[in-house]
Amino acid sequence: MKLNLKIYRYKPGSEPHYDTFPVDVPETANVLDAIERAWDDLDRTIMFRHACHHASCGSCGLLVNDQEKLPCVTPVKDYGEGATLKIDPMRNMPVITDLAVDASPIYQRMALIGLPIIRDAETLRADGKEPLPEGLEAFRRFENCLECGLCLSACPVMATDPQFLGPLTLAAAERLLAEPRGVDIERIYRLVDDEHGVWRCHSSFECTEACPYEVYPGEAIMRLKRKVGLRKIKQFFGGA
Amino acid sequence: MEVKPKPVQRKPLEWFNLKGKRVGFWAYVVMRLSAVGLVLYLFLHLVILSQLAVGPAAWDNFVALAKSPAVLLLDVVLIIGILAHGLNGIRLTLIGFGLGVPRQKLMLWIGLILTLVFGVLSALAIFAETK
Repeated sequence: MKLNLKIYRYKPGSEPHYDTFPVDVPETANVLDAIERAWDDLDRTIMFRHACHHASCGSCGLLVNDQEKLPCVTPVKDYGEGATLKIDPMRNMPVITDLAVDASPIYQRMALIGLPIIRDAETLRADGKEPLPEGLEAFRRFENCLECGLCLSACPVMATDPQFLGPLTLAAAERLLAEPRGVDIERIYRLVDDEHGVWRCHSSFECTEACPYEVYPGEAIMRLKRKVGLRKIKQFFGGA
Repeated sequence: MEVKPKPVQRKPLEWFNLKGKRVGFWAYVVMRLSAVGLVLYLFLHLVILSQLAVGPAAWDNFVALAKSPAVLLLDVVLIIGILAHGLNGIRLTLIGFGLGVPRQKLMLWIGLILTLVFGVLSALAIFAETK
């Protein structure tokens, strides 16, 4: 299957531009395979992040035709024979070179709430064969989050507020409040109840659209708004 | 050698960059544009009302202008802006309270359809008056 890859190029000290690479890949290939073909056959200076090739590490996120994608699981056949795929680095993150961004905005944000998705193995199951822990009526596995940062890239608020906690942090915070696991939830409430926290979200749901897994960060932020809002109302009337 | 990344350029115009965006973002853009339009209209409205203080002739001149097709078309745009902003505002309020979140996209389409239906009905009513 023949494709043209129009790849964003940037080397420190030079002006950004696009280079177009014609590649021939099998119909079963994914976009990452096509980029690797261009790197392998045509230009060894193309820089891009990748590791696992199966949507597990979350390191290869980028834009294909202006939409956030994990190229390792984005089939080239979705774009058709002879298509030109415009490949850009993720938005809202500093570009180190070509398609490789400085991903520290992702990890700095997750560190703010204590890296909640790093956790011990447990027997919690979603198939209903085992009872949920006491106090939980339902749960969504936030551990689906790959920390790929595609939601940060897609979020329009991130384009103007570098201090915005962002969808992945707020979704993780909502997950923590639903299942605190011993963390200081007052600190989490203080963090998210802020002008750069949950109230900065303007509900465009681009994060949910961009998320390659079933994290639904936009929906989680709405649940978080409800939690924080109800808490403020209770506090206003003298409640805890 | 230290490599300095290309910094992120924070551009408010990115709020209006529709490339690759989906329906929720379109609603986000419409919300902002309609808000700016409605604020401008409020000030325009106050300026127009001030004609009453100038005298009957000034007001009569404005009324004659207000009946021109171009201004009536602006009235239709105003009504569509109010409907789009108000109905999406109700949607955002509901989902902000965690109500109907799984159906937020359906609510968006319902709001859009109601905006179009009532926008067209308003246009028909306004221009029927001029015949």
